[in-house]
Amino acid sequence: MSGRTLYVWCPDWPVVAAEIVDGVPAHAPVAVLAANRVVACSQAARGEGIRRGLRRRDAQSRCPHVIVVDHDPGRDARAFEPVVSAVEQLAPGVEVVRPGACALAARGPARYFGSEEAAAERIVEQVAQACAVEAQVGIADGVFAAGLAARTGQLVPVGDTAAFLADLDISRVDRPDLVDLLRRLGVDTLGQFAALPAADVLARFGLDAALAHRLAGGRDERPLAARQPPADLDVSQDFDDPLERIDTAAFAARHLAQRLHERLAGHGLACTRLGITAVTEHGEELHRTWRHDGLLSVAAIADRLRWQLDGWLSGTNSAGVRPSSGIRRLILVPDGMLAHAGLQLGLWGDVGVERDRAHRALARVQGMLGPEAVVTAVLGGGRDPDHQVTLVPWGDERVPTRSPGEPPWPGRLGAPAPATVPAEPLPAVVLDETGEPVGVTSRLLVTAAPAWLLAAPDTGAPARIVAWAGPWPVDERWWAPAEASRRVRFQVCLADGRAMLLTLAGGYWWMTARYD
Amino acid sequence: MAGLAALRAPTRRSALPATALVRSIGLSGLVRPASEHAAEAAGSAVERMLPVLPELRRLLPGGGMRRGTTVAVRHGGAPGGVSVLLTLLAAASAAGSWCAVIGLPDLGAVAAAESGIALDRFALVPHPGPEWPSVAAALLDGLDVVVAAAPGPVAASVAGRLAARARQRGSVLIPYGPWSGADVTLEPVAGSWLGLGQGHGRLARRELVIASHGRGAAARPRQVTVWLPVNSTHPVPIELATPRFDPLPEAVAG
Repeated sequence: MSGRTLYVWCPDWPVVAAEIVDGVPAHAPVAVLAANRVVACSQAARGEGIRRGLRRRDAQSRCPHVIVVDHDPGRDARAFEPVVSAVEQLAPGVEVVRPGACALAARGPARYFGSEEAAAERIVEQVAQACAVEAQVGIADGVFAAGLAARTGQLVPVGDTAAFLADLDISRVDRPDLVDLLRRLGVDTLGQFAALPAADVLARFGLDAALAHRLAGGRDERPLAARQPPADLDVSQDFDDPLERIDTAAFAARHLAQRLHERLAGHGLACTRLGITAVTEHGEELHRTWRHDGLLSVAAIADRLRWQLDGWLSGTNSAGVRPSSGIRRLILVPDGMLAHAGLQLGLWGDVGVERDRAHRALARVQGMLGPEAVVTAVLGGGRDPDHQVTLVPWGDERVPTRSPGEPPWPGRLGAPAPATVPAEPLPAVVLDETGEPVGVTSRLLVTAAPAWLLAAPDTGAPARIVAWAGPWPVDERWWAPAEASRRVRFQVCLADGRAMLLTLAGGYWWMTARYD
Repeated sequence: MAGLAALRAPTRRSALPATALVRSIGLSGLVRPASEHAAEAAGSAVERMLPVLPELRRLLPGGGMRRGTTVAVRHGGAPGGVSVLLTLLAAASAAGSWCAVIGLPDLGAVAAAESGIALDRFALVPHPGPEWPSVAAALLDGLDVVVAAAPGPVAASVAGRLAARARQRGSVLIPYGPWSGADVTLEPVAGSWLGLGQGHGRLARRELVIASHGRGAAARPRQVTVWLPVNSTHPVPIELATPRFDPLPEAVAG
């Protein structure tokens, strides 16, 4: 038999959440709609005759001035979090049944506050004081019965749960198909349903109905799935003397990094992302998140904090904005948590001394030139060699901008890839034997065989084309005008042995890459 | 070692050079240059030699990149300098070495990956600015191979300082471009592409002739022909596939 359960229920939660988050006046007629049906409404709206399940037009015809709000489960859950925290301050082990309702074992609070009534009163008061939210509490054996008791604010005495449930309407089991069937069979209350033999219910109606049958009989044996309150891992520091200079900031960074690392280690965690927030004397708030491909060590946290402060204090950050005053407060928010049981060194040295040495040396260069000066290449998808490469700052997550697998990139140039890919393509002119510019028709036919490459990037003199192949067309992203690109590619081999990738786009030739 | 001791006395008396005598007795596998003994005498437990692809072994004294040395790659004469660079790095990177390239913003990462370089151990500093010698020095402290492409002519003092740093830290410095005082200098001297026709085909494989010269053990100029990419399945014409260098007895023994 499940123990005594205390159920906290906030009536019309979607409406209350809309008031908390979006400022919708909950005392006015409000209806929350999902898929054109009312899922919740305020007390005033109920007074106007609005009920759950009504269509929008019916609701508006019954009450023309009803405020219609779209249902947003995320909003409900976010708004409910403070209520759960308020309940957790009085009693641990709270299970969130759904946004607007939570359950906890009644035994502990009841003993602590003297009686179940006192505990219920205390919790309602706490929720009202902490969140200004109206709540009702019910206590019974099991979550199901306690939830029904909370609707009427009842405290069902020990052992009376089955009797309490017996008089309730069969629709309370919240299974519309089963309820419909049972009604046609003449079963109208939970008591009548519970009186049916369990084996026959299972044989006739199936497993889910057997579960509902146990609930109707007050035999709710599911234990509470209490949530673990998330640990507060943020680290912050206030500075009496605002940070103006980078050397003092670096000193503070080191200390903060140490504290964050110790706090994480105390919880057996490590983080892969780090949010840094700085508040200046004039109240400006600066924020940036740093990603990392491994676990952030003390030195890595301190480095990133120092780089960020350097960028902010010297005004060399991407936004180019220098705060108008010194930094008063620094907050480190760890993100992307992983359980961290200690570092296991690789048996064959893949993770170990050499890796640490290399990372230290690269971090030092990042300190000299800035974090974006040291990059590493990640291969992704794309049709041209320059599109396939994403350069990410060293130490960041190695994520390509385009995934290599999907889509399959038809028209991609095959191996070998060009060894030299200029960041900006160089202009070129391609002439045929008679000195006329070579073009490509709309049917992808070359007007004449390319014979001369003019203004070849290295020499500046015309170079003889001895072999060529193409055109290989690409028509990319035509649905996005800003990124659309329609071009053909050629490979050419020059008389001096050089090979190049040429691109013709919009009537102009470009040297895109060299097979150096 | 006993064989070496026995050989020493007749070598001095004989008019023949020592290498010729060693070759004649067929001991080329047993006899090693003194520099290798010196390295062993230093008692370093670290692998002293970074591997290179089999095709390039003949170009480098000892058949690999010795830690602490400077192996320059020169370009400009014939195309293919970057390919020589990537081919030189490939085996070491695949074997677990950490590499960095300074000052080559146009390096094609796809080509690097295709040549066998592990990109997660391959750092790029595309724009080091005027402070590139300090960046190179900092990276020589921690990485196994550092490629440095100087933006202009390099003063001999800077070159000497970086070479000394590499020697002290046991890293390999690969200057890309003109460099004075390198232990070995590799240079592409000729090359041609296969697979491209008049309006058909595609660039499939290239023949690259790489020359090396240097000082000490590498003083004698050498030249090899390699086919890139090395693992390509594109067929090589028979008349071109014959090696264009005089086969040396060491190559047979090695």
